[in-house]
Amino acid sequence: MRAPSSGETALGEVLLAVEDVSLSFGGVRALTGVSFDIRKGEIRAIIGPNGAGKTSMLNVVNGFYHAQSGRITFKGEVRTSMRPYAAARGGIARTFQNLALFRGMTTLDNILAGRALKMRRGFFWQLIRHGPALAEEVEHRRRVEEIIDFLEIAAIRKIAVGRLPYGLQKRVELGRALAMEPDLLLLDEPMAGMNLEEKEDMSRFIIDVNQQYGTTIALIEHDMGVVMDLSDRVVVLDYGRKIADSTPDEVKRDENVIRAYLGQPHGASA
Amino acid sequence: MLYREVGQYKTSYAADMAVFPILQDRIGIAVILFVAFVVFPLFGNDFLLNAVLIPFLIFSLAAIGLNLLTGYCGLLSLGTGAFMGVGAYACLKLTTYFPQVNIVIWILASGFVSAAVGVLFGLPSLRIKGFYLAVATLAAQFFLEWCFIRIPWLYNHSVSGAIEVPRRTFMGVPLTGPTATSVTRYLTVLSVVVLMTWLASNLVHGRIGRMWMSVRDMDLAAELIGIRLLRAKLLAFAVSSFYCGVAGAMLVFLWYGGAEAEVFNIDQSFLELFMVIIGGLGTLIGSFFGAALIYILPIALRLIPENLGLPLHPATVEQLRFLIVGILIIVFLVLEPNGLARLWQIGKQKLRVWPFPY
Amino acid sequence: MHLLYQIFADPFVQMGAAPDLLAQTLWDGLVAGVLYALIALGFVLIFKASGVFNFAQGIMVVFAALTLVGLHEHGVPAFLALALTVVVMFVLAFGVERLMLRPLVNQSDVILFMATFGLTYVLIGFGQLVFGGNPKVMIANDLYLPSGEIRFKGLGGFVSFQKIDIAAVIITSIMVAVLAVFFQRTRIGRALRAVADSHQAALSVGISLEQIWVIVWFAAGVVALTTGIMWGARSEVSFSLQIIALKALPVLILGGLTSIPGAIVGGLIIGIGEKIAEFYWGPLLGGGIESWFAYVIALGFLVFRPQGLFGEKIIERI
Repeated sequence: MRAPSSGETALGEVLLAVEDVSLSFGGVRALTGVSFDIRKGEIRAIIGPNGAGKTSMLNVVNGFYHAQSGRITFKGEVRTSMRPYAAARGGIARTFQNLALFRGMTTLDNILAGRALKMRRGFFWQLIRHGPALAEEVEHRRRVEEIIDFLEIAAIRKIAVGRLPYGLQKRVELGRALAMEPDLLLLDEPMAGMNLEEKEDMSRFIIDVNQQYGTTIALIEHDMGVVMDLSDRVVVLDYGRKIADSTPDEVKRDENVIRAYLGQPHGASA
Repeated sequence: MLYREVGQYKTSYAADMAVFPILQDRIGIAVILFVAFVVFPLFGNDFLLNAVLIPFLIFSLAAIGLNLLTGYCGLLSLGTGAFMGVGAYACLKLTTYFPQVNIVIWILASGFVSAAVGVLFGLPSLRIKGFYLAVATLAAQFFLEWCFIRIPWLYNHSVSGAIEVPRRTFMGVPLTGPTATSVTRYLTVLSVVVLMTWLASNLVHGRIGRMWMSVRDMDLAAELIGIRLLRAKLLAFAVSSFYCGVAGAMLVFLWYGGAEAEVFNIDQSFLELFMVIIGGLGTLIGSFFGAALIYILPIALRLIPENLGLPLHPATVEQLRFLIVGILIIVFLVLEPNGLARLWQIGKQKLRVWPFPY
Repeated sequence: MHLLYQIFADPFVQMGAAPDLLAQTLWDGLVAGVLYALIALGFVLIFKASGVFNFAQGIMVVFAALTLVGLHEHGVPAFLALALTVVVMFVLAFGVERLMLRPLVNQSDVILFMATFGLTYVLIGFGQLVFGGNPKVMIANDLYLPSGEIRFKGLGGFVSFQKIDIAAVIITSIMVAVLAVFFQRTRIGRALRAVADSHQAALSVGISLEQIWVIVWFAAGVVALTTGIMWGARSEVSFSLQIIALKALPVLILGGLTSIPGAIVGGLIIGIGEKIAEFYWGPLLGGGIESWFAYVIALGFLVFRPQGLFGEKIIERI
């Protein structure tokens, strides 16, 4: 369906690396010296107790926050900070914990909006519409319909997103991110507020996106079952620092992680 | 029963994405255009054309301009009157220096001048939003108003301080000035408005409209999908001011025949904003509805009591208009913030299932 | 070259050459600034407590003044008219809360802002219908407000202080002090600050939002009345005041939307700045720059320091 990414990074190599990133607002240190990498084609989970700095980390990768120190390397390019536009152009897409949909528009329009970077027809073609601009719209509509089919939201495509139930809104947001055909997809608690059935659906979509489209995924999630099942590697943050970084099984048994979540050292494992 | 879509299947994406996908709508538009272009000129009297239709069309065009900026892109502007004025004065200067060029060309060209000014005053939108941006547009409004009065070059140093419209013709037919008939002026205004409405419609249904709406709904998310905020906002200012400028030029050249700077004052800005709010933010048809309501209201207020034998003093009519418009604003914001356009949509919904209740 | 001199040197030379004129301009600016500050104060009150940006504050000033004068014209004695006007402002506050704020409580700020536009037009229309559109004279004498001027000889000439202006400055200072004490020390003041901080939290401790809003709009109404009296006494009571009142918006931007001291400082800066600019630089541009100068200053602030001098920095959380 979609050709693998631009040949800059091969499967298994590092797609994104953050080195020694520190971030603070006012007096609050959100991140301290965090370093980890994400390899192409993997599903990387970022977990940690509340307030650990997970969302802040994604915001830094995205370019919404600028870290005070540290470096971000994406597709081989080293930066001290990212700008949202550069991130989008570079192939980073993202969903939000609290949903960032365009409430005044329909599902279809929201996902079509995700194609913004790919639509090139200039202003004067848009003025006339009939002709090249319309042809471009139809072509992108076709792609968007593929995504809509993939996410099984065809029935709601003409409904204003503000009216949709929460679970469907999350799916639409995922759709919009997918419409960007990203190389790296950042998902901030995609399962939050969902029931078991919705979580299963969303998990299936995430796995499909990773395997069918080859998209690298970084995922913040609280549901340990999901994390263990879906991810290839896990990074654990606590109070802005990295306390563990390896496979799900190893992380599950890591004492530091257990202590961070439970608060006190007890003999039993999680 | 009349308005059913049953049987109208779309077999292509292009058909599904058409502006008027329903056949009945297309027929309706054709009828309206026919009435506008043929029936009114043939059968309408001077009063209808001069005092009702021409100003209605002009204010609708300005309302479309404001709607693009405020309704689609979410940038509240209180400078509409001033941008209209820029168009009017630009047109005057252009036709003064190049009188041989067709006035309609200059009317459209003056839109570009207005657009440039709009972009200039839209620059702050990079840093500020919402109410703060509204205050910035107020700066534009007051500064430009001052310019209209204090820079005599703008009004050709005329003694009265007002724009005096020179006579212009097109293929021998007078278009501006006292000899131009209301039919000629009406048809010119109508053509311009229809053309520009079509262009606006194309814009808002495509990627630019989506871009603006994304910026309006959540600009952080818009950035995230790769939209450059400053470009989107400045484009909105440019296009919006273009429309307001053309409307302003037509106001002076094809309707009033002359104008003082006061015509483009803050009251005008407010009236346009009210048209857009009541008509429906973020819709094109709402611009027309709002202009109709706000503009026709004082005429109705004057004529109805007159015909009932209780004529009202013109000052009272004006005051009643303020009062009623103010109340309407609050009522609409409370009951139907999406304005008349939404009511129209609901009406059509009901029409779809009529005579059944649902 | 000559132009540069005209812009950067000449005005200062003029200032030095006639210090009495400078003092006069400064004083006039101060007085105007005090009045802008009063209007801005009304805005800040309402904004702090209900998050609504009350565009109608200016027209409330006119409306209050008109009611006062109108009642007096119909034979009501001055102080009774004053009391009745206060009652009218309370009724207005109550009406606004019931008919405008409550139905729109969940809507966005922009919608509420636009609703106050509607309110402005309602008050303009209603005010004109009931009291007529002609300018009126404020009943300053009947309210025992001083009139006449004090001439101060010195600085190479003389400076003239209108007694009513001095009264305005004094009354404003008292009003600001009273409001400050009210906010900091009284129970209702605390509730107002709570509501300004977070509607949800205030509700959860049992503060009645509706009551607070009525109180706050009423307080803003009283401030508007005071402003109307002071301003009307200086010139006249007419609807053109409402446009001048729009100048309070740049004041708020300078001072920060949530700060009472900011409103005062902002008002003074704008008032004095305007007058100085008009008097010394105005002639270069043909005069009349007072109509937009304040806005351009505000624009500058908006671009470089949107929260104003005293306001809270706006942080958006994602």
